[in-house]
Amino acid sequence: MLVPIKWMSQYVDINTDDKTLADKLTLTGSHVDAVIDYNKEVINVRTGKILEIKQHPNADKLVVTQIDINESEPVQIITGAKNISEGDIVPVSLEGAVLPNGLKIKKTNFRGLPSYGMMVSYEELGFEDKIIPKESRDGIIILPKDTPLGKDIKEVLELDGSALEVEVTFNRPDCLNIVGMARETAATLGTKFKFPEISVKNEQGDIKDYMDCVEIEDEDLCSRFYAKVIKDIKIGPSPLWMQRTLMDAGMRPISNIVDVTNYVMLELGQPLHAYNLEALEGKKLVARRARKDEKIITIDQTERTLKENMLVIADGEKPACIAGVMGGFNSEISDDTKVMVLESANFNPKSIRETSKKLGMRSEASARNEKPMGHMMVELASLRACQLIEMIGAGTVVGGYLEAGKNDYDAPIVTLRPYRSEMLLGVDIPVEDMLKSLNTLEIESTFDGEKIISKIPYFRTDIEQEADLIEEVGRLYGFENIESKPLTGSTRVGRKSEIRLLEDDMKTIACGMGLYEITTYSFISPKTYDNICAPDDSPLRNYVKILNPLGEDFSSMRTTLIPNMMEVIQRNSNRGVDDAKLFEIGSIFIPKSQPVTEEPYEKQKLCIGMYGNYDFYDLKGIVEGILSRFGIKSSIKAVKDNSTFHPGRTAGLYINEELVGIYGEASHQTIENYGLDHKVYIAEIDVEKILENKNTEWKYEALPKYPAMVRDIAVIVKDEVLAGEMEEEIKNVNPHLIESVKLFDVYKGEHIEEGYKSTAFSVTYRNKERTLKDKEVENIHNKILQVLNKKFEATLR
Amino acid sequence: MKEQLLKLETEALEQLKQCNDNADIEKVRVQYLGKKGELTLILRSMGSLSEEERPEMGKLANEVRAIIEEEIKNIKEKASHHESAAKLKTETLDITMPGRMPEIGRRHPLIKVKEELESVFMRMGYDVISGPEIETVDNNFDDLNAPYDHPSRDWSDTFYIADDLILRTHTSPMEIRVMKEGKLPIRMVSTGRTFRFDDVDDTHSPMFHQMECLVVDKGVTMANLKDSIDQFVKELFGSDMKTRFRPHNFPFTEPSAEVDVSCPICMGKGCPSCHGTGWSMELLGCGMTHPNVLRNCGIDPEVYSGYAFGMGIDRVAMVKYGIPNIRLLFENDVRFLKQF
Repeated sequence: MLVPIKWMSQYVDINTDDKTLADKLTLTGSHVDAVIDYNKEVINVRTGKILEIKQHPNADKLVVTQIDINESEPVQIITGAKNISEGDIVPVSLEGAVLPNGLKIKKTNFRGLPSYGMMVSYEELGFEDKIIPKESRDGIIILPKDTPLGKDIKEVLELDGSALEVEVTFNRPDCLNIVGMARETAATLGTKFKFPEISVKNEQGDIKDYMDCVEIEDEDLCSRFYAKVIKDIKIGPSPLWMQRTLMDAGMRPISNIVDVTNYVMLELGQPLHAYNLEALEGKKLVARRARKDEKIITIDQTERTLKENMLVIADGEKPACIAGVMGGFNSEISDDTKVMVLESANFNPKSIRETSKKLGMRSEASARNEKPMGHMMVELASLRACQLIEMIGAGTVVGGYLEAGKNDYDAPIVTLRPYRSEMLLGVDIPVEDMLKSLNTLEIESTFDGEKIISKIPYFRTDIEQEADLIEEVGRLYGFENIESKPLTGSTRVGRKSEIRLLEDDMKTIACGMGLYEITTYSFISPKTYDNICAPDDSPLRNYVKILNPLGEDFSSMRTTLIPNMMEVIQRNSNRGVDDAKLFEIGSIFIPKSQPVTEEPYEKQKLCIGMYGNYDFYDLKGIVEGILSRFGIKSSIKAVKDNSTFHPGRTAGLYINEELVGIYGEASHQTIENYGLDHKVYIAEIDVEKILENKNTEWKYEALPKYPAMVRDIAVIVKDEVLAGEMEEEIKNVNPHLIESVKLFDVYKGEHIEEGYKSTAFSVTYRNKERTLKDKEVENIHNKILQVLNKKFEATLR
Repeated sequence: MKEQLLKLETEALEQLKQCNDNADIEKVRVQYLGKKGELTLILRSMGSLSEEERPEMGKLANEVRAIIEEEIKNIKEKASHHESAAKLKTETLDITMPGRMPEIGRRHPLIKVKEELESVFMRMGYDVISGPEIETVDNNFDDLNAPYDHPSRDWSDTFYIADDLILRTHTSPMEIRVMKEGKLPIRMVSTGRTFRFDDVDDTHSPMFHQMECLVVDKGVTMANLKDSIDQFVKELFGSDMKTRFRPHNFPFTEPSAEVDVSCPICMGKGCPSCHGTGWSMELLGCGMTHPNVLRNCGIDPEVYSGYAFGMGIDRVAMVKYGIPNIRLLFENDVRFLKQF
């Protein structure tokens, strides 16, 4: 919120410079984001009256004007401006003038005629378009008729001062206005706060002659409704001081009546609404829910169909306003309005928020009505507006008022035990200081020797219990002044869950193997299950659905990490990265039922993805490598029916006969679905199963004392014989003396019959108790050959 | 005989000079010093000399022998130097050619920062706890004292799975889970994924990461909170970093504050990037656990008090590594990941 310091200083004594004020307010909780300096570099721009406007003889789009600047001779200025008329008072920049945008004014010739300066717009004075008054928007600033001539524009427009850009927290809607900020400022600086003096001096007539009543039909949505009538309205621009005050607070001046309602809203925080009384039927206003399919044309001239839970202010017949959100076009104040009703009311914040959201309309007024403000400001604000209308001569206030709803306030009592403040803040604030802080915040407080007793004023809807009062005294004492103290109690070691420790190790191992960690969204598009070729009845498609996703593409909580991995591979591949080895550890989500009504299972998965100069065995090595570092012995079975994967190049991963993961080459269809022209290798493994089966109680084993003997054996077998099975059989020939068996070559081609392959193993023999003899190794080696021959019809190559 | 010896010495040295390799040298050695070598023969004929001449000639002959032997040794050394120099020359590598680097993987920068934060708190005695990404409205809002009409509960702010199930909007529900377990005192830190209804742009992502800390014990005060945060900020950003506690509002703490840290660019002097304030804004939110929250978890606020603080991790990672756009964190471009 924008707080012009000049405006605020009408209600509080400010005894310090802007920067210090900003810092102090920030440290008591009104976070000042910026101090905006309104001083502008404007030299030699003065007010002048347009005496004459004539068409330029040589240019269609230019006019020649004579301007009285309160000197002996008028000056001639040529301009293309459209919004000027004879008699208007405008700012004129004369020769040598400097404008905030750095423009320097010189005498210029326009098509043969001299121009001695330039008329100035708000834009040229450095104002933002959104706050420039209506009548000056399309060009030159038109000043009030009573503006003295020849005056420096800096004085006339008061181009000075500064404003605070304040971030008001959710719990303090009372600070969303100048008076509220003045109250905070007084408490912060320890100076005096004064509420505006409100009095209407010259009321005429009786409201009963204009209206019968105001009513509240739906008390849950409107707690108080107060109305005044203004007659003899003369619509026109508001006085310059009001316009400039509104502009400095970031609001565009519109007309005197609208400006007054905006002024009061900014000053006191209470939005008001003015109706053209002659446009209303039935001499009354009712706060009620909209009828089914009721329609209203709003001031933006759009017809809107209302919902039955929306509050409207209706006359005897139809809605005249969407309460607290936007006025109706028919009863809008216009240039020929003579009599108006001024509505001041308190609405249900939640209802306002929902309505304004549903209709997509948000204004300064609705933003304030969305916050709890209490109903005690309703009458004050109405009278303040009447006072201002009277003051600026925009109309005559009619005597009397109409009201409905609550008009009383029973101040809640909250107590504060000083020792509790010390227990929470860790600092002993003297009771008298606490009392002073609370009382300057207008929280009327006394001390009974044991506790502070506070009466909570109507504008502090946020204070409900002791801790809230402790915050008040704490923040005014200054959190900065609380001295840090280390925690006491026994020192202890922080712990991390088993699974997190395992994941940490797993990541370290994966990185050691050259894998890059990735992290991707937990939600994915349901279409990605098609992309990875999951069958229609695949359990992967039983996913947790987000009811209000950012879009279809983010609507499924993932049941597998593979689609995200494929997308990352696709992205990198498309960007010309020709090689990647990636991994992610993340959650998948499994519903307990459909529709989802309780928290789903969240399981951790490890996903590995790679492409480039790799094959199945690189991936297999990585998977087995990781498992081996957790002391896990795994086995595999060929997987031929998972359509995400290649039917001949995929392994199901088993620990103790339990399926814990899958790895292999992505199927041709999967690769095609991602528009890739290279192979991709993917693994997905259940992390919790690794945790369950891990065995990392490493124990020392004596180093071998006797030498090993290594013998190679190469046999020819049919293509379909599996190397893994042969390896297993070899080992079983003499598990005691065969230390290891390692496949080192597979050969097909010349000298090998079609349909056969040569498979070569290197067998390491060792006896732990003594040196082996050639003869015994020879025997085992021969036995191996016999076994391979018997089981696999292998012949020695 | 004397002349004979001296001549032999001159001849031998002369011959040695002509030698090209070890074989030549050996030949010369055998010729003069071998069993049938010339010098050996001379020494053998020493018997024919007179008593007076014998010691004199013996001495001279030994000197000659020593000189020749010394020379052979020198020449041999020289030759071997030559040989090894020639060998080394052929073995010379172009050491400017690229090394063969074993492939080293990379940790994702965001996750790295997340785990670094956890480590800092573990060292300070906090337990590291993980929680579910899908949370109950109870844990995420109600028990955290969020007002029932708070806009953050709207469908336009929060992702809903069911009326009472959402994607957690912050890591604070972990406070509720841990407090409801009822094991006091508590010192915990929890990091993880959080979700809000934000479209993706340079600084926003519908999924982001947070860290949450909670301490509940007897006699925990705001003074302790300030101390913990000071320590943590210094550990994370270095000891020059200062903190500023600004009163703020959160539903689950009372009093509440936001903490600014010194602007990392000017270190508090004031520069354009911090609007001249010297403070880089809003590193974290914190406060004393709201008595309603303690009560909701069955903890008596008259006996126990607590503090909590939380912060966004993505932004810390972005500041730390100078990453200008949050999208980069989730694109996982290998060329990006390689940089850390």
